[in-house]
Amino acid sequence: MRNRDWTRVALGFAAPLLAIVFSVIVTSLILVAAGDPVGTTWRTLATGGLSGALPRNLVNTVNLGTTYYLSAVAVAIGFRMNLFNIGVDGQYRLAVFAAAVVGGAVTLPRPLHVLLIVVVAMVVGGAWAAIAGLLKVGRGVSEVISTIMLNAIAGGLVAYLLRRVASGQQASNNIATPSIPESGRVPGFTLLPSSPLLAYGFLFVAILVGLGYWYLLGRTRFGFDLRATGLSPSAAVASGVNVRRMVLAAMVLSGAVAGLVGLPELLGKTYTYDLSFPAGLGFTGIAIALVGRNSPVGIALAALLFAYLDTASNPLQILADVAPEIVKIMQGVIVLSVVIAYELVRRYGVVHEQRRVAAQLSATRPQTEEVPA
Amino acid sequence: MSTSVTAAAGAPTASSPVRGRRGRLGPREWVLAGVTALFLLSFVRLLTGAQDIGSSGTLAASIALAVPIAMAGLGGLWSERSGVVNIGLEGMMIFGTWGAGFAGYQWGPWAGLACGVLFGALGGLLHAVATVTFNVDHIVSGVAINLLAAGTVKYLSGLAFVGKPGGGKTQSPQIDDLPSVTVPGVSDALLSLERQRWFFVSDLAAVVRGLVTSVSVLTLLAVALIVGTYFVLWRTAFGLRLRSCGENPVAAESLGVDVYRYKYIAVVVSGALAGLGGVFLAEVASSAYRDGQTGGRGFIGLAAMIFGNWRPGGLLIGSGLFGYTDALQLRQGGQSVHALLLVLVLILAAITVWRVVRRRPLVGTVISAVVAVLLLGWYLASDEIPGDFTGMTPYVATLLVLSLSSQRLRMPAADGLRYRRGEGG
Amino acid sequence: MTTAPEVETAAPAVRLTGITKRFPGVVANRNVNITVRRGTVHALVGENGAGKSTLMKILYGVQRPDEGSIEVDGAPVSLSSPADAIRAGIGMVYQHFMLADNLTVLENVVLGAERMHGIGDGARRRIEELSHAYGLEIDADALVEELGVGDRQRVEILKVLYRGARTLILDEPTAVLVPQEVDELFDNLRELKSEGLTVLFISHKLDEVLAVADDITVVRRGETVATVDPASTTSRRLAELMVGSELPTPERGESTVRTTPVLQVHGVTLRSGDRAVLDDVSFTIHSGEVLGIAGVEGNGQGELVDVIMGLRAPESGAVVLGEEDVSAWPTRRRREAGIGFIPEDRHRQGLLLEAPLWENRVLGHQTRRPAARGPLVDRRGARADTERIVREFDVRTPGIDVTAGSLSGGNQQKLIVGRELSGDPVLLLAAHPTRGVDVGAQAAIWDSIREARRRGLAVLLISADLDELIGLSDTIRVVLRGRLVGTFDPASVTPELLGSAMTGADGDPRTSARTEPGS
Repeated sequence: MRNRDWTRVALGFAAPLLAIVFSVIVTSLILVAAGDPVGTTWRTLATGGLSGALPRNLVNTVNLGTTYYLSAVAVAIGFRMNLFNIGVDGQYRLAVFAAAVVGGAVTLPRPLHVLLIVVVAMVVGGAWAAIAGLLKVGRGVSEVISTIMLNAIAGGLVAYLLRRVASGQQASNNIATPSIPESGRVPGFTLLPSSPLLAYGFLFVAILVGLGYWYLLGRTRFGFDLRATGLSPSAAVASGVNVRRMVLAAMVLSGAVAGLVGLPELLGKTYTYDLSFPAGLGFTGIAIALVGRNSPVGIALAALLFAYLDTASNPLQILADVAPEIVKIMQGVIVLSVVIAYELVRRYGVVHEQRRVAAQLSATRPQTEEVPA
Repeated sequence: MSTSVTAAAGAPTASSPVRGRRGRLGPREWVLAGVTALFLLSFVRLLTGAQDIGSSGTLAASIALAVPIAMAGLGGLWSERSGVVNIGLEGMMIFGTWGAGFAGYQWGPWAGLACGVLFGALGGLLHAVATVTFNVDHIVSGVAINLLAAGTVKYLSGLAFVGKPGGGKTQSPQIDDLPSVTVPGVSDALLSLERQRWFFVSDLAAVVRGLVTSVSVLTLLAVALIVGTYFVLWRTAFGLRLRSCGENPVAAESLGVDVYRYKYIAVVVSGALAGLGGVFLAEVASSAYRDGQTGGRGFIGLAAMIFGNWRPGGLLIGSGLFGYTDALQLRQGGQSVHALLLVLVLILAAITVWRVVRRRPLVGTVISAVVAVLLLGWYLASDEIPGDFTGMTPYVATLLVLSLSSQRLRMPAADGLRYRRGEGG
Repeated sequence: MTTAPEVETAAPAVRLTGITKRFPGVVANRNVNITVRRGTVHALVGENGAGKSTLMKILYGVQRPDEGSIEVDGAPVSLSSPADAIRAGIGMVYQHFMLADNLTVLENVVLGAERMHGIGDGARRRIEELSHAYGLEIDADALVEELGVGDRQRVEILKVLYRGARTLILDEPTAVLVPQEVDELFDNLRELKSEGLTVLFISHKLDEVLAVADDITVVRRGETVATVDPASTTSRRLAELMVGSELPTPERGESTVRTTPVLQVHGVTLRSGDRAVLDDVSFTIHSGEVLGIAGVEGNGQGELVDVIMGLRAPESGAVVLGEEDVSAWPTRRRREAGIGFIPEDRHRQGLLLEAPLWENRVLGHQTRRPAARGPLVDRRGARADTERIVREFDVRTPGIDVTAGSLSGGNQQKLIVGRELSGDPVLLLAAHPTRGVDVGAQAAIWDSIREARRRGLAVLLISADLDELIGLSDTIRVVLRGRLVGTFDPASVTPELLGSAMTGADGDPRTSARTEPGS
């Protein structure tokens, strides 16, 4: 007998939809102002432009979405207790680099080899994030600032170590780590029969991470403590939560998941780390976590949306003579309008539920005794 | 340390208040610190033969690299003094570089300056609308603005620069140079002095020469803005009100201050300053807009501001330091930075001695001594330091300052907190 | 104590006539009449919630009265904002200081009034003049964060004077001060008075009021009961006026006190800065016993709760639960050992307002059945038990999936009481368990506590409601400035007697008490 409040549920869905509609309008206006073809742009984005491009786009969307999803979950873990892990970027870069080095240096039976790579990535990501956690717990340093600094430090560190590791390899100027042997790779699978493109096998890991995130947050004591700390630190402390330990744990967990972010690409496509490895995924993850409102399913939808936009925008330049970065503007507008919409909905929702509760009570009990003399 | 009560008789000696509270540097301390730093540098230069650590060329490069950092940091200072955390500085700076490129190549560098500043200010306005009016979390809004800016300029470049001579998807056509100032005669005289490589004298000559030779008008503007910021924020009623919004908006509200208005002004100015930093990158540090030109300088600016304890003077030191380490990389980087290790060793040794003499707690003394020895070991065991590490300097320095002396840092008390009119007290 | 002779024909500084202010469901002030003579210290006394603060907000333009009129210096005024009040020469010194710590005294004082003397030397001169004239002795260039509480209060007074106020409202100014600081404040007030200013002083500390006021107006339940001359009254008489003479409502019933001690507190001392907020506190609560702590707020009650819950570590002393010394245990372990906790501020410490009711059932019970099983939250168990609480404790809600924030205060509190009495606690810390709660919920909460006591629960009851203390407690201890100063038998004590002991107005508070703890 769940007494759901459908207005609130509807509002929860309406906010992101409205934000998307709003961003479509803003984007269209920008296109018009810039003298770009509005209709062709949207048609190209919706269909993939060429016949038969859509299945390929969809597989690419899933692949890119896998990466985005992991990044957004890493961010969301922090968000659930009001921790801003801006440092996913640095965590995954350091982690994927370490994973590539270790994975390329050993040869093990397949499942073990992959497992080793995954563990290395998670440990490195978690350890890098732990620095920010320790600084916050021990010295009161805001994790926002420390993770921004750690991102830049990680960038320099990776660049330096990469040169050390790759020294004497080849004379090419794009130096790379040794390639991971076959046993350490995660094979792709056919997602759509109409597309020859394979989907990353790591997709299943991402799904597992999503399930784990949902289970941990919603079902376990640890998750309850984490959410309680996010909702009200003072109430959490009074209920017996050790907030300092939770900060550290959440940070490490977030960093461990962040460590996975680069792996779909590493184990499914490149098998090696070089300087052209995608950067900035951590910030995309923040945007997606916000749009998906930290819910495991919402993040998945938002990740797919962002990934689709990124994928489908590729042929825009050729087909519509529109710079594909128009979708970046669209994504930015979605994020800003969605957070504003959520804030307005939240404020409205609080008032609405108070009214609803009062109304339901007075309906069942004609005279309330709430009014003291 | 109670400075609470003056003499009971309290004769109004109003015009000569006792300044120089802890953490604030007077002119005398500034000069002293500068001379000491210079002394150290020239000493190490003689010792190691790393000529570039104090050359006027390095200094000129330092200034060029420090200005954009300082402008971003100054933007952060305005915003955070009013209580709004601004990590969207990077994005506003990107807007600035693009605006400079867009207007600069068509209508000249001055138009580029105006347009870049305007674009940055618009970025700031967006941040203000989100954080002040809609109460969106400051960090969230900042991250969104950074993403938005990166995408927007790429899209706009496709429209504005493709097909123009020298322009393309990732860069604007050439922008003409802004004028720069050289004090005639003095510069050459100082050059000959610098070439003598005398202890201290040559270094002093190098510094002065760096300060009087082909200084861009934007650099002069930047210096004026830093001084002006100090004056406006700490010496005017407007500044007092603005700062009170960052310290205790509820109290400010109770005294009739329109908190929203001051926050809006501060954040828009913040964006304009970050935009100016972007203009500097596009027009002075290079001569065209380029994709990715900011290279995270918005964040370094933020770091410089924190390093400088949310004050203009500290910010100046911070950005100067970060610009200097950046500049060294360009000029015999490995060797120069290696020499700097020795500077660090000397400073730490001095701190250790000071602590022993003053009988400070032993733990800190031991730590500084151990670090000094380790650094000395590193210095002796290696010949140069990889450039990657030099690039990290601003970030490591900021983290160290934050974690080692956080009790001496004083950010505005209500910085980053949500505030809604009429909800306090 | 003679005051300067008043010219009776002079218009009063402030005259409130027939002020009435209603809030939804409550009348905060009803037909209030006060006349404040110029050049006097006029005290307004009354219990917490008697309507003093609302009255002062009306006078300062923060709230508008529904009925009645305000005259300042004989002329009727309409005050619709603090700016109006300031213009009429009225200034307010808030109980919770409105100061920016990182600004200097000068900056805090001139903020918002920069037009008057600028923000530089002109302002500094003016501040030093004022400071000197009224004996406030404040360094205009000191940072506020470096100032002590007494100095900060003087800065607040300076702020008001700087704006040209002739009438100063001080809201509970002594609540945050130590005795020496109170004396200094009173010297300041006398100084202000001698310069012709008028002070309206809000307090519930009777000895202080008697020491400084020229006139005293007593407020009870939103109405002005009497205006008296301090020279011809006693603190006992004032206490009676404040409390009225109604009989206590809750009934204690048979004593259920057993011999097994449940909680023993030994010599607990806690410092905040250089001030002891708990000073060598010792007591014992037995099974089935309700120990009431009476005291004016801010005399160490909150800190005592924190120490027992393990939220703050005392400098010295021990907390023993049953047989075990729990002094070093973290909060969670203490809760698992059977301490229930009804916090003073339910929104801050008791509830997750944005979470549904059943998740709030889990809060504080994260490690215990039926809310949890092993490392998991037992959703079914928690939900079922929430249903039980809603039923047994009569929590009025449409369901257990609505957020806690949407319930009324009384129902939130009943939910908390139900939760904290779940899982067979051995000790209940109840801080103001019926504050801000409607009458119906109040009775229900009292019943629950009495019922649990009958089953052998030990209860530490902290309350500002003397009727509640007298009605529920088996023993009442009085806390004053962090020390337990008196022990009373609720069967024989009166609210007046308690009130005097709480304020230290009974001459020597130690005469009636100093019996051993738990006697």
